[in-house]
Amino acid sequence: MDISFAQEDLAFRDEVRAFFDEQFDDELVSRLRSENFKEAIVDWQQRLYKKGWIAANWPVEYGGTGWTPTQKYIYESERSARGIPGVIPFGIGMVGPMIYQFGTPEQKEKFLPGILNSEVWWCQGYSEPGAGSDLASLKTKAELDGDHYVINGAKIWTSYAQYADWIFVLVRTSNEGKKQEGITFILVDMKSEGIKVNPIIGIDNEHNLNEVEFNNVRVPAENVVGEVNKGWTVAKALLAHERTGIADVAQSKRNIRLIKEAAAKEINGGRPLIEDPGFQARIADLEIEIMALEFTDLRTIAAMAAGGFPGPESSMLKIKGTELQQATQELRMELAAYYQGVLPKYMSEEDLGHSFGPEARVSYMYGRASTIYGGSNEVQRNIIAKYVLGLE
Amino acid sequence: MNFDLTEEQQMIRDSIARFVQDDYDWDTRRAIAASDSGMSDKAWSTFAELGWLSIPFSEEDGGFGGNIVDTMVIMEEIGKGLIIEPYFPTVVLLGGLLKRAGNEAQRSALVPGIIDGSVLGAFAYLERQSRFEIADCLTTASSEGDSYTINGEKTVVFNGMNANKIAVLARTSGSQSDRDGLSLFIVDADAEGVSRIEVPMMDGQRCANIRFNNVKVSADMRLGAEGGAMETVECLVREAIIAQCAEAVGCMGTLNAKTLEYTKTREQFGTAIGSFQSLQHRMVDTMIAYEQAKSLLFKAVCEFKEDPVSADLTVNALKVLIDRNGKRVYGEAIQMHGGMGITDELDIGHYAKRLMMIITTFGDATYHRAQYAAKAYAA
Repeated sequence: MDISFAQEDLAFRDEVRAFFDEQFDDELVSRLRSENFKEAIVDWQQRLYKKGWIAANWPVEYGGTGWTPTQKYIYESERSARGIPGVIPFGIGMVGPMIYQFGTPEQKEKFLPGILNSEVWWCQGYSEPGAGSDLASLKTKAELDGDHYVINGAKIWTSYAQYADWIFVLVRTSNEGKKQEGITFILVDMKSEGIKVNPIIGIDNEHNLNEVEFNNVRVPAENVVGEVNKGWTVAKALLAHERTGIADVAQSKRNIRLIKEAAAKEINGGRPLIEDPGFQARIADLEIEIMALEFTDLRTIAAMAAGGFPGPESSMLKIKGTELQQATQELRMELAAYYQGVLPKYMSEEDLGHSFGPEARVSYMYGRASTIYGGSNEVQRNIIAKYVLGLE
Repeated sequence: MNFDLTEEQQMIRDSIARFVQDDYDWDTRRAIAASDSGMSDKAWSTFAELGWLSIPFSEEDGGFGGNIVDTMVIMEEIGKGLIIEPYFPTVVLLGGLLKRAGNEAQRSALVPGIIDGSVLGAFAYLERQSRFEIADCLTTASSEGDSYTINGEKTVVFNGMNANKIAVLARTSGSQSDRDGLSLFIVDADAEGVSRIEVPMMDGQRCANIRFNNVKVSADMRLGAEGGAMETVECLVREAIIAQCAEAVGCMGTLNAKTLEYTKTREQFGTAIGSFQSLQHRMVDTMIAYEQAKSLLFKAVCEFKEDPVSADLTVNALKVLIDRNGKRVYGEAIQMHGGMGITDELDIGHYAKRLMMIITTFGDATYHRAQYAAKAYAA
């Protein structure tokens, strides 16, 4: 039991800081906040790639960093403290690990480089209008025709499908047996004929989500990852990966810091809010929970480093992490008082009379999705009840 | 003791409900919210024709002579239908100030216009630095002969873009947060020196930041005594909070009903999700949250009807409960609707955003809990 950093960890922290100082420049920050978000985030990811820091969780042989849990912790803390966005998860965090874990040598060769260097943008075809929490009831159908599958159906809540070059899709290849059987994990080129992307405007008034329609989309059979009809194994492995980063403790810590900074400036009746006992109690309650979650997260990272993939315990990180994210987003929004309601995202402080209201609103509203996506928190509680506590 | 509505109040309730059903469905409301003005002239004329704009005004001012119960009934229906027409800023805020502090000449100059729908009102009280302390006012009004000159800025003024008459709180004496020395003025929106920046809000309201640059206003347009506006404003705010909490209760009831309906029809794992006990218990809790909010609203209304000042502590309590229970109700509504709950297309998120604005307006739970504690537990 020891949490002090070794000399080489301190050296690593200095290296991370120096890299961020140099590479995460103001020009990039303003581009990330502009209409050119995609180009800016790809630029940033390519800077990470050149440094060799794009894939913290991948094995070294496939291009991972080989970082120790401590190094991962240091990197994430430094990243989020500066408000640097995380890597877009669909390639590096989701489909990449499935390809190196379940894919053929040809698939690894074909797809991993484009994921690592961010030249190929991926999106996730999991949920369907009738298959949300009950993912296994999915109906998008793939039928074999010669050496191709023909896909028909629709996927929904597909983040950034409007930017994507490829999509990984769960399809039904058989109706035999249990509904979890007969599902296949397949990779589809978004330029294929018969794909249509319909935008969905979110509760945050932004366009991040989409519906993706498949009308007789022909996909080479060689694009199946893992075994045909065994896609549920891949799907579950991916969700477990999705859950590990999902606690995002670092982001909640950053939000707490922003709240404290703003609460020192936000005055009510001549007194800064940070001096208001009622407000102090609310920040303290959150900070204490986050403090504990940080160590729950570290314990999981350490266990993972000792071997293997995240187990059903990772559902705990998802539940507590997302609930604390929402609670910090809520407190920041409350801090903005009336200005939390302001719709235009980029109204100047001079015109509006407030600096962070609209940003707090977007973050709070978008944050409502976090307890729904990646397996809703209700489903996560079922997983823990069943697989951790053994309650049937 | 009796918590029933009178026959007249039931008629008002039913007529607004019918209006929402026939003329203000979700698609209509969406189109109005997206229009240039963010309100509907047609709906507003209906409001005038059916007499809803006259309800809180005395009969001698041409009104219906209604009381806080009538306002509660109207606002609850506005909440249920998510009506974005500027009833609250025009009738409750501007009308409420005129009712309380306006002299006969001022009332006869303005109330008929409110009743016939030609006057659209606003109350400009918020400033950049003021947060929930209305007396924290830097806008000044200096007296010269029989007129005043107003200078300053007000932010997030409800209905600020559409209003043609704006009540402005300004300092005629004293320093920044002094309770004394504040005065109220009615300013024409097109008066020289008034400039507005549109601030569209997430709940569909068109607010404005309004700058007053040497705006001349006649002393005839000062409401009440010079320097003594805060008492009027505090009374108005109590009524306004009750009105908005009634709207919130309307929103909460509708959210619960829609969520209940959805959980009965949405199937996952081969069954309606409403059959899951974990969701059932949470829906029981949102139902209780709604009933508790409604109970405290009734208490506040009953007390206010007797004596507006006596409702003071209950109004603080009501704000705390509406904050906590409102968040619970909209939070569960979004969560139980799953992905659909986080779309702009579905009305659920719009009810949530309206509740969020009501929760923060005139102070959130953190503010009102502190107010409550200071009054209730003072040594």
